Amino acid sequence: MNTFRLRLYITGRTPQSQRAIDNLRNICESELSGGFEVEVIDVLEHPSLAENEKILATPTLVKRLPEPVRKIIGDLSDREKVLLGLDLEAVSRSAHP
Amino acid sequence: MKEKVQELAKLPTGIIGFDQIANGGIPMGRSTLLSGTAGSGKTVMALQFLLSGVRDYGENGVFVTFEEAPSDLMQNVRSFGWDLEGLVAAKKIAVVDATPDPGEETVMTGPYDLSALLARIENGIRSVGAKRVILDAIGALFPQLSDSNIVRRELHRIAAGLRALGVTTLVTMERTTEEGAVGRWGVEEFVADNVILLRNRLEQEKRRRTVEILKFRGATHHKGEYPFTIDSEDGVTIIPLSAIELKQRSSEIRISSGVSELDRMCSGGMYRDSIILVSGATGTGKTLMVAQYIKAAILAGERALLFGAEESREQLTRNAASWGVDFEKAERDGLLRIVCRYPEVMGLEDHLLQMKRDIMAFKPKRVAIDSMSAFERVSTPKSFREFVIALTSTIKHLEITGLFTNTTSMLAGGESITETHISTITDTIILLRYVELHGEMRRGLTVLKMRGTSHDKGIREYLIDNQGLHVHQPFRGVHGILTGSPTYVFDDERVRLTELFRREAQVSGGDPAAT
Repeated sequence: MNTFRLRLYITGRTPQSQRAIDNLRNICESELSGGFEVEVIDVLEHPSLAENEKILATPTLVKRLPEPVRKIIGDLSDREKVLLGLDLEAVSRSAHP
Repeated sequence: MKEKVQELAKLPTGIIGFDQIANGGIPMGRSTLLSGTAGSGKTVMALQFLLSGVRDYGENGVFVTFEEAPSDLMQNVRSFGWDLEGLVAAKKIAVVDATPDPGEETVMTGPYDLSALLARIENGIRSVGAKRVILDAIGALFPQLSDSNIVRRELHRIAAGLRALGVTTLVTMERTTEEGAVGRWGVEEFVADNVILLRNRLEQEKRRRTVEILKFRGATHHKGEYPFTIDSEDGVTIIPLSAIELKQRSSEIRISSGVSELDRMCSGGMYRDSIILVSGATGTGKTLMVAQYIKAAILAGERALLFGAEESREQLTRNAASWGVDFEKAERDGLLRIVCRYPEVMGLEDHLLQMKRDIMAFKPKRVAIDSMSAFERVSTPKSFREFVIALTSTIKHLEITGLFTNTTSMLAGGESITETHISTITDTIILLRYVELHGEMRRGLTVLKMRGTSHDKGIREYLIDNQGLHVHQPFRGVHGILTGSPTYVFDDERVRLTELFRREAQVSGGDPAAT
């Protein structure tokens, strides 16, 4: 099972936040066929969560599972880098040897 | 209608000495950059600003750390007796941890900003009702996020956000050299209004820490560098030299120097709030003068504090005993404290701080330093002069008497750097000199200067025996003792020469230029 647990931190409902949400939805639907769980957290509403996870920049996507934990910073418009951050190349290689 | 405020309001930092040179503190409601090389004391000073806010002004604070993990930092400042953890637990200080996780990988995938950081800082400010914020080591943010332009832009926004919240912020930043650019990464662009520089230079193999307020926009401050120390008792202590007020209250009360004949030479003794410099070559009896000066205090039932810089407590005590002064008993009676510290053990700023503390704690009526010139060995002329000025002002401020000794290098005559450096600061200067006379070494004493009173200007011979120092008659028929090359004029000859010149003057018809 390759269940992804992701958390997207945004600060306020800005166009940049919306762009990140849209990009993430797109990637999840097309790439994460193994199942995924996404939480979107607004730092303005939950600053202590951001404190715990030491979030400085937003948008930041945190890949909590599978390990290693990784922070993917930016509005996720660079799709290739996002996939790299999610270790999806490795996943696809192991799926199709 | 509100009246226009000429100068920006200041917020006292509570850092000892800083508020004096800053004319009250750092600009209130603004950001001030504190820049310095590694190990220059930035974090300690910034934390002191925060802790003093809680302790002395009832103002809570937020501490944002970019480089050192909060747990490490709390551990490090425990040596200062600062209980940061306790203050965090008591909701007096909030911590925002902006340090990078070691080994954590980040990937950049598009535009971003630091709104989350600002939101976290704002949350911290709200949670404790903070008035003071420190951003420690913001330089560490740049390698964390690859685009330094974005970081600069965002720091600018954070500074503006903090300003809107009305908090006063101290931002620390590392610089690579003691001169040149204020900080790396072009940070001066976003907190350019107020800049403080800390320096930690190596001068003659000694570390010398200084603080300089480079600029405060719209507010006044003292200019130039001021030395400071960092120690476990008070943290950062700045020595505000030019801001020291030399209040000359000029007491009329006289006290005994311990040598009765010397008191008579000075028209009845030393002034209570004066600084006396006793200068002479080795073996002329300076330490003996100190012993007698202390004895006079003991006899008057007053406390005396002796700083020994060259001899140990045992040596000082034994020497004093040989002149009939019982230091040990005086110490037991609480009338004397002997503090021996070799000048080499620490920097002059630290010596100054320790001596001030000793004086404040013991509350003596007399202070003696034997010898002052020993401190000159370990410092640059500039910091030595600052040391003497600061110490002198402390003693004068308390309206007590200070006696410093100075060892001159030449056996007879001459003057040392110490003399030239501190003679203007002292009120009374007593010179002890060897005099070579008729093939033997004798000793001569003179009161070179005494502020505010007439004094005997003769050069008097003195003898030392097991009862101490005794001043006798002036040397007769000798010139040039103080220059170290005495010439003898015998009485008969002097009379003959005087007569000769008088006769000549009469013969030439009383030429006014010749008289």
